[in-house]
Amino acid sequence: MTDSRRAFIKKSVALSGYSMITAGGLLASPETKAEWLSDTTSTDILQQTLKQLFKNQKIIESDKIDIQIPKTAENGAAVPITVTSSLNNVESISILIEKNPVPLAAKFELSPELEAFVSARLNIAESSAVAVIVETNDGFFSASEKVIVTSGGCEV
Amino acid sequence: MSSIKIRSKRMDGKTQIRMLIAHPMEHGHNRDAKTNALIPAHFIQELSVKHNKNLVVSASTGAHISKDPYFAFMLKGGNPGDKITISWVDNLGNRDSQDHIIG
Repeated sequence: MTDSRRAFIKKSVALSGYSMITAGGLLASPETKAEWLSDTTSTDILQQTLKQLFKNQKIIESDKIDIQIPKTAENGAAVPITVTSSLNNVESISILIEKNPVPLAAKFELSPELEAFVSARLNIAESSAVAVIVETNDGFFSASEKVIVTSGGCEV
Repeated sequence: MSSIKIRSKRMDGKTQIRMLIAHPMEHGHNRDAKTNALIPAHFIQELSVKHNKNLVVSASTGAHISKDPYFAFMLKGGNPGDKITISWVDNLGNRDSQDHIIG
């Protein structure tokens, strides 16, 4: 009698220990998944791209950069953009699309022979902010514009 | 036939240079409609514009420039007879180059 009772207690302790581990495992998995998701959110990718491109340089928002882009784009596969700037001594113009898998669309290095003027067509995957970073000899300046895409640029 | 079409227009002492390049610009996320296989990335990585042998634009482009890309730039000067040379290199090592004389 005592033997079987002891065996029963042993078994139940072992079982509960096991179930605690599995429960712990189940609880832990959503957390790790959430961490993984936050690693790949596009704002982080944008920040990483900015770090790689501009090496933690201070980027100041400027109203001297003009972005002409449609507010709503029916077809994300070809969205026209024109960037002009009244800043002096512009060295480069970069165009980034926040929610694209690869945010940097292009970086144009312009010689002093050129006006601060660039026109291109972008492929935008989903509604997103389009940021422009202008590099001059006295720092980095940025401006951004939101674009709503009704049909994405990632499908044929 | 060259893959690059170039147009230039002089306006108030400035010269606008526009170009249209025939290129698939695949970013590697599209699937083939019949086989459902991913179409490998194929896009222009470098673009350069020369004005009379001076490099005026050197651009690094990503896969998110649209198919058959269009670009426009504005030269501060530019005279009739000046030569514009545009060339590109893509991620598979293909390249093309085209000259244009400002009219």
